[in-house]
Amino acid sequence: MFDIATIAVIFAIMITLYRVIKGPMIYDRVLAANAIGTMAVVLLVLIGFEYSRPHFLDLAVVYTLINFIATIAFLKYREKGRLD
Amino acid sequence: MIDILLLLIIVACAIAAVSIKDLLSAIMILGVYSFIMATIFTRLNAVDVAFTEASVGAGITSVLMIAALSRTKRYEYLYTKSERRKPSALFLKVLSLFIVIITGAVLVYGTLDMPEFGDPDAPANKHVSPRYIEESHHETGVNNFVTAVLASYRGYDTLGETTVIFTAGICVILLLRKFKKDDDDRYAGICY
Repeated sequence: MFDIATIAVIFAIMITLYRVIKGPMIYDRVLAANAIGTMAVVLLVLIGFEYSRPHFLDLAVVYTLINFIATIAFLKYREKGRLD
Repeated sequence: MIDILLLLIIVACAIAAVSIKDLLSAIMILGVYSFIMATIFTRLNAVDVAFTEASVGAGITSVLMIAALSRTKRYEYLYTKSERRKPSALFLKVLSLFIVIITGAVLVYGTLDMPEFGDPDAPANKHVSPRYIEESHHETGVNNFVTAVLASYRGYDTLGETTVIFTAGICVILLLRKFKKDDDDRYAGICY
């Protein structure tokens, strides 16, 4: 059951990865990378339940918290041209 | 099956990051790479390694790379055809290919003597590990023996590592701070 769900999420990641690699604009890539981060969180939760260690949920929460740091840094760079 | 699919994603990310011309896109692809790599570490039950990979690889490294990129150029320098045909450029290309092949061969040669994956008779599993597993709770009173090794047996080592990381953080802040453009000779404060 969890195996099938995991494989489905991995296929979703592969489809999104096509947009990351192919994406004509940098914004497509950033958006797709962010989506892949979210799906990695789902993958982590599924793996945790598959190993019957539900406390992987804590790790998933931390993943979610650091998922957007690169996006914010990128947006600041696009807005001001520098990060400081 | 799941491992193979995840590793395929890793390989696709690595090839894309190397072959892409836009460095900002390469940074984004490397962020994806770090997230998938952290998931693979979790599947191997190395949760703390996965945690470090996700926070350092996907979080801090992307920010630092974008900060470095903002001080340089976003696209690599495009050589014209005559520049590419020069003997010195060809020599550099062949030399770098040669160095990469030699390094890869040495690394592969180094893995030949490694024990099998998960081998219970490996030297690492024979000498120290059983002692830590059996004695650490009794000696240190910590339930998790990874924590016991890191924070009790190797406490001074961890203190040194933390000092190194703290110093590196101070250096990064010093390098990335804003300098005031006006005439006084004082350095500007650390602006973030």
